[in-house]
Amino acid sequence: MNVIEAHGLRKAYGSTIALDGVDLHIDEGRILGLIGPNGAGKSTVLNAILGLTEFQGELRVLERDPWTERERLMRDVSFIADVAVLPRWMRVSQALEYVAGVHPRFDRAKAEGFLAKTDINRTSKVRELSKGMVTQLHLALVMAIDARLLVLDEPTIGLDILYRKQFYDSLLDDYYDRSRTIVVTTHQAEDVQHVLTDLMFINRGRVVLDCSMEEFESRFLEVTVRPEQFAAARALKPVHERQALGRAVLIFDLKLDPVAGQKLGRQQLAALGEVRIPGISDLFVALMGNRPGGNAGVTEGATV
Amino acid sequence: MNTQPNAMPNSPLDARQSSPATLSSTRPFYWSLRRELWEYRSIYLAPLGIAGAILLAFPFALLLHLSQIARTLSSLDPAQRDALAEPYDIAAALIMAAAFIVSIFYSVDCLYGERRDRSILFWKSLPVSDLTVVLAKATIPIFVLPLLAFVITVLTQSVMLLLASVVLLASGLSVAALWTQLLLPQNLAMLLYHLVTAHMLWYAPFYAWLLFISAWARRTPFLWAILPPLAIGVFEKVAFHTSHFADLLNNRFSGGPDAMSSMMGDFPFHPGMHITPGAFLAAPGLWIGLLFAATFLVGAARIRRYRDPV
Repeated sequence: MNVIEAHGLRKAYGSTIALDGVDLHIDEGRILGLIGPNGAGKSTVLNAILGLTEFQGELRVLERDPWTERERLMRDVSFIADVAVLPRWMRVSQALEYVAGVHPRFDRAKAEGFLAKTDINRTSKVRELSKGMVTQLHLALVMAIDARLLVLDEPTIGLDILYRKQFYDSLLDDYYDRSRTIVVTTHQAEDVQHVLTDLMFINRGRVVLDCSMEEFESRFLEVTVRPEQFAAARALKPVHERQALGRAVLIFDLKLDPVAGQKLGRQQLAALGEVRIPGISDLFVALMGNRPGGNAGVTEGATV
Repeated sequence: MNTQPNAMPNSPLDARQSSPATLSSTRPFYWSLRRELWEYRSIYLAPLGIAGAILLAFPFALLLHLSQIARTLSSLDPAQRDALAEPYDIAAALIMAAAFIVSIFYSVDCLYGERRDRSILFWKSLPVSDLTVVLAKATIPIFVLPLLAFVITVLTQSVMLLLASVVLLASGLSVAALWTQLLLPQNLAMLLYHLVTAHMLWYAPFYAWLLFISAWARRTPFLWAILPPLAIGVFEKVAFHTSHFADLLNNRFSGGPDAMSSMMGDFPFHPGMHITPGAFLAAPGLWIGLLFAATFLVGAARIRRYRDPV
């Protein structure tokens, strides 16, 4: 069933347009990654979903209007918005007590279980914990809530690679099941590449790419081209090219036809050099980075 | 707020979700109140600190003025009673003042502070409505602090009385006169009356205004709380050479020079003081003020919904 359904989501702050007609459709059990540069509108989308901001357009989250029904919605939706929003004066034990007190679907024993795996002391105040520990604490609180939708806004920013890996590992191992849905935004796209089931690129308030990871993997290919094949490769109109270790690395969108009516195939590319699935961040740069200000050019071709 | 225990599941979603424990509607309020006491420990530490300082100083005062106390007790002049009661009145006044000052700082800061430290994003991730949060915060200055001031005063004055009795007994003096002349229960009843009428009911719109500004201001909530009323007063003075607005505020703060103060029980109290609760309850100013308080609080809840962290 539909967890999030949005049509023509718009939001302007004064003359700045944060969202310019975003459509969104997320089914139960998906893990959607929302990727975009700063100020692209990712957080605005999330805030609208969480009932933290007003918007124009149609938006239903778990069949509710988030803006008018935030309190009710928050029984089924959890979120970690930004980093370090846990009140710094609070003790770990108080955080557990408070959430247990106000949340009907919080399982305190479960949260205690997650915390037991960390070095977090029950009597510590949040301000005494390291950044990584605060994230662990917040995640322990959130994972102990039997929610249907979990929203994560840059949950691992400022954390080192170990904490980041641990964060997504515990999310997948201890929390995620097919009846839960997760939406995550992050700048560290490589962290989530193997976590996501769906991918959405957003830029300047518009959706630039919206596809499942299966589609992503069958549609985009990255080729490290042998020098002698470079001209031939270029003729196939890659969506992006860059230099790495003296070799040209080209990204192709198999959905585009370089020559009218002639589909680009994997074999054809394999003849040019070494083929693999591009990283999300490389594709992100490919679709947006080299086209400053351009959300039009690629959009038409790349949007599903 | 609405757990809807009897609501029919009107969608498959509700049917699935209604089985786990549903919370009573008062629980979010109760826990919101508790978290205020966790966060702002000065709510009880400040009046307790004052009480502690008084209790530390009181034995010295007793020993220094022992002969004077003995003389006062032996004379049956009612005018001397005031001198005897003075330390107890001062203790009550100081504790009340501490609670009042904490009320002001708390009210100005609480809704602004949660935006400043961004913790509002955490609070809003939980199923607690904005109105519940605002009402819990309003409860602190309007109910919790006055009642706390009363309880701490009762305890402090009791300990003071015990200390005085011990000192008198040790000096071979009778304590009967002290206990009969002090009239502490009567004074405490007056204090409670004053706290309920003045600090709870009469000041409610003032606290609600501070909370409203705290929810609204993007920075310097203190200035925003003070400047607009000041500006209105100055404007009125310059434009019309009148001071109705200033009089209104002055009346609200001090109880005013008019009949209001005697209705609420003026401080310090006299045993024979005449109070008129009926007149207090019948005063339109009370109800207009409470209407303003309700408006400010509903406004604060609405603004909390829109405001981003600062």
